[in-house]
Amino acid sequence: MDYFLSEEQQMIVDVARQITEEMIIPQRAELDETEEYPRAILSAIAKADLYGLYIPEEYGGLGGGCFDIAIALEQFARGCTGVATAFAASALGAYPILISGSEELKKKYMPQIASGEKLAAFALTEANAGSDASGIQTTAVLDGDEWVLNGTKQWITNAGEAQIYTVIAITDKSKGPRGATMFVVEDTDPGFSYGVKEKKLGIRCSSTRELIFKDCRIPKDRVIGRVGMGFITVMKTLDQSRPGIAILGVGLGQAALDEAVNYAKQRIQFGKPIISFQAVQHILADMAIQVEAARALVYAAAKHIDAHKNDMSKASSMCKVFATDMAMKVTTDAVQVLAGYGYMRDYPVEKMMRDAKILQIYEGTNQIQRNVVGQELNKEYTRA
Amino acid sequence: MKIIVCVKQVPDAKDVRLDPKTNTLAREGVQAIMNPYDRHALEEAVRLKEAHGGTVTVLSMGPPQAEEMLREAVSCGADEAVLVSDRAFAGADTWATTYTLAMAISKLNDFDLILCGKQAIDGDTAQVGPGLAERLNIPFVAYVRRIRECAAGVIRAERLMDDGYDLVEASLPALFTVVKEINEPRIPSLKGKMRAKKIEITRLAAADIEADPDSLGLKGSTTQVVRVFSPELRGERAMLNGSPDEQVAKLYEKLLPLL
Repeated sequence: MDYFLSEEQQMIVDVARQITEEMIIPQRAELDETEEYPRAILSAIAKADLYGLYIPEEYGGLGGGCFDIAIALEQFARGCTGVATAFAASALGAYPILISGSEELKKKYMPQIASGEKLAAFALTEANAGSDASGIQTTAVLDGDEWVLNGTKQWITNAGEAQIYTVIAITDKSKGPRGATMFVVEDTDPGFSYGVKEKKLGIRCSSTRELIFKDCRIPKDRVIGRVGMGFITVMKTLDQSRPGIAILGVGLGQAALDEAVNYAKQRIQFGKPIISFQAVQHILADMAIQVEAARALVYAAAKHIDAHKNDMSKASSMCKVFATDMAMKVTTDAVQVLAGYGYMRDYPVEKMMRDAKILQIYEGTNQIQRNVVGQELNKEYTRA
Repeated sequence: MKIIVCVKQVPDAKDVRLDPKTNTLAREGVQAIMNPYDRHALEEAVRLKEAHGGTVTVLSMGPPQAEEMLREAVSCGADEAVLVSDRAFAGADTWATTYTLAMAISKLNDFDLILCGKQAIDGDTAQVGPGLAERLNIPFVAYVRRIRECAAGVIRAERLMDDGYDLVEASLPALFTVVKEINEPRIPSLKGKMRAKKIEITRLAAADIEADPDSLGLKGSTTQVVRVFSPELRGERAMLNGSPDEQVAKLYEKLLPLL
């Protein structure tokens, strides 16, 4: 369907598509097999200016928003959700600084992130803090002019590859939700190291590791926003970033649909291409309907978020749930259409199915997203 | 450093047909692309600019549609684009083409280096690069696979040969044609595309370059395409049968008298 993109938006799509077709698709199977971080592809994305899409022009970006990065991510996810995740993770790491950071922090870090010269990563999850972010045990204590961090973050995307980390830590346990603070940690800071690289079901070329803080000392001015405002920054960051995960579901779903239709047109059984059988046609039709519905919802949510900075949660969570549940279903159906061939690694759809699962889990499980939608409904109808 | 890159729009090799009447390539309705070797020349020019400063001007002789390719070149890092276009240029062979390009270049600002692809994938003559250098009376190096250094009016490059490479030094200005081994062309950047959309392309017609009308196009061409055909495969063929060992023995017997 035509979404009437502006000329500039169409250029974003064209550049991202070219990178996807010329670099990502030819390499994705090997990257999946070797679990190698896609540095060459990310550097081409940087050279194409796409790391700066959502960053204001005054900090070296292109001044776009949630929608602009979404249409680029959609193309990357058509190629490989692992590569797209590695790219998106830098934006997730940058948002806390953009949303709550001081002018000094923005001036220092944003231009490097916008050019792709440095990558960012976001560190929230811990062994005992997943859906329940209040379980955070990493601490930060002010000692003279420095903050001293101790603890371990888990499953951090881009860990070991990024140079700039936005990390949440408890600064005052007695204050509950107002006792957490976000900091910028650089890869060269003393007392900061990485754990082993995790072995994953999907998105295998993206890096997922622990961050280990052992008396990690950072300058006092690396606090993002005010002390005690960490959770608010985290929530705003995730509201802003979730459509980015939703759109990965759309790109991935589209890729699975493309593979399934092309296969069904050329696979002959009972003397005919299998697309001529209604049983197959209906699967494909449902896939197409769901992909398009998800795309429409994500595009609308992204535009809503760009226009309403104080009312993002519901739109953000709704599109994340819908598009990522869709991706799981559509990629599973694509494997079904390709059947035995689909199950083999010689065809790309088994990887797509493996890659889809994480979308329902990371940046807040889809169950947590439904909680958000439910709570927002409750608030909305109380107000009314 | 001021660099001129000569680029040509060619039919996409995936979709090649001959015009049965003229025996030349059918260009109507065929997807046109930038000649792949020229893409490498452009990339090298942009890299030289990034390393040493300067400007990159892309130059093409072709129909008005070639403007699209020139915009693409700008999106990949060229600063200026010049299209030499006139009905009088139609049907030009490499002789008339080099004349036209040389006349156009004489109307542009001074340059230090001209880069071309080693050949175009449609005509495959590989004559325009050397012909142009000859007309401009500047040093020429073909098949450049690497530019090693470029300073103080001297350029050193590796020329790809069958059995290795030659290290060649030339004074500037010079003209190089490049092979695909020289680099990996970049994908256009977003800022580049935005610039390409707005950029004004300089158009030069026959009158603008003060060319002699008799030296242009078909009239100025010394070659004519009479017929295009696939040569028939000749020579004797023989199938050797038997086990691999037997086949080797038979082959040996056949080869021995030829040594």
